[in-house]
Amino acid sequence: MTTAFKRPDGRKVNELRKITAKVGVVPNADGSAMFGFGDTIAIAAVYGPKKMHPQHSQNPEKGTLRCNYNMLSFSVTERIRPGPSRRSTEISKITEWALQPVVMIDEFAGQVVDVHINILQANASTRCAGINAAAMALAHAGIPMKSLVQSVSIGKLDKQIVADLIKAEEDWEEGEGPTDIPITMTEDGKITHIQLDGKIKPSQLKEAVALAKEVYPQIYEAQKKALKEAGVKNE
Amino acid sequence: MMTSRLTAERIKEYLSQGKRFDNRKLDEFRELTIETGISKNAEGSARVKLGKTEVIAGIKLDVSAPYPDSKDKGNLMVTSELLPLSSPRFDVGPPQFESIELARVIDRGIRESGFIELDKLCIKEGEKVWTVFIDLYSLNDDGNLFDAAGIAAIAALKTAKIPKYDEEEGKTLFGEWTNNNVPLSKEVPISITVHKIGDKLIVDPTREEEDISETRVTICSADGTIHSMQKGESKELSIEEFNQILDLAEKTEREIIKKIEKAIK
Repeated sequence: MTTAFKRPDGRKVNELRKITAKVGVVPNADGSAMFGFGDTIAIAAVYGPKKMHPQHSQNPEKGTLRCNYNMLSFSVTERIRPGPSRRSTEISKITEWALQPVVMIDEFAGQVVDVHINILQANASTRCAGINAAAMALAHAGIPMKSLVQSVSIGKLDKQIVADLIKAEEDWEEGEGPTDIPITMTEDGKITHIQLDGKIKPSQLKEAVALAKEVYPQIYEAQKKALKEAGVKNE
Repeated sequence: MMTSRLTAERIKEYLSQGKRFDNRKLDEFRELTIETGISKNAEGSARVKLGKTEVIAGIKLDVSAPYPDSKDKGNLMVTSELLPLSSPRFDVGPPQFESIELARVIDRGIRESGFIELDKLCIKEGEKVWTVFIDLYSLNDDGNLFDAAGIAAIAALKTAKIPKYDEEEGKTLFGEWTNNNVPLSKEVPISITVHKIGDKLIVDPTREEEDISETRVTICSADGTIHSMQKGESKELSIEEFNQILDLAEKTEREIIKKIEKAIK
């Protein structure tokens, strides 16, 4: 890995932005958390397990995890129309898929665990911050979990693989341009979520996955520290 | 899931022996047929069959204002409808997640690969550009709508002509076409979806197989470069499995592109 590569905010290629993590940010919720990568801030609140409404959505065999990702209208520079969009609908589902393998709610037949994720301020990697916050909020709510998950966006800027993209990097104009690869893994290194936009060879994609794995412990430590401070016992 | 437990068990039993109900290998596509020019009024159109799965794609163009962040580029809009006529599973009503995801995955593959040369679809910078609408419809769902829809979109684009445009009146003369094709790059983006069932990886699932798929990864690549990817459904993947998926998708892409080129020529 070259060290000469210059990132707009001066970070090293494998350096994450400053992580902020806090548990218990929404007193009404059964569990809640905030997670930030620098200026990107997500909060998540968990309600449930509770009876699933509408009734026809109930699964009589096991509990359901339902995630809802939403960006506040003023979380980005140009106001976005409030309410669900095709993008947010997809990210909600992706978030559910990212979390399902670690959430053990089979015994809550007919019930739902709702996870509401809101992006307060966005500077790229919002879905990853949202997933990290959601994992913490679920743990805070006492939902049985195999482990937490960690999520990070790995990027390729021209030919350089970097960790934790900011907006200025998502719009990279030099060379091969930007490639954005949000990846989520369980603590034992299984991929629960991966997406990609851009231009990359399979060999470099493998490098990107390896970099994600390299940086996850920092996210895990931040999550764990915040949960401990809030008095949540080790899963 | 509508596939019965008994059938699911049998499919898994077959797969563990490297077999499928229809005698295909795990990495083998069903018979692919592509027919273009199926709609007279569309700028371009195609019908794709993958076994019993059938999808049609239509291209329409219209002049509109560019997005503020791409003032000198045409717009691309992909939508899909999973028609109730194509399966008892699909209902009338607002788009469900399945159709939103399908359209977004196809959109990103085409957009990120730069297949449509959107910079050549600018009429007047900041004011008027062509918007390319790719509309996808399922006619019969027997699994793998994703890949069938991706191929249909490409085939329809390859045959699409730009409509005539009346500069003075500022309106599109629908139903009259120029001789100009929609500008496309040479490298064709192909979407391949790899499914995981138990510890086996397969491509081009039938509806029954897709029902019991635990996770899937759709990879859109052009000439060996990956442009978009999406993992769907919740089963986790080891890094090793993920690497196998990349290899399988790459190999399959090379085979499918030959079939498409042959079919469209």
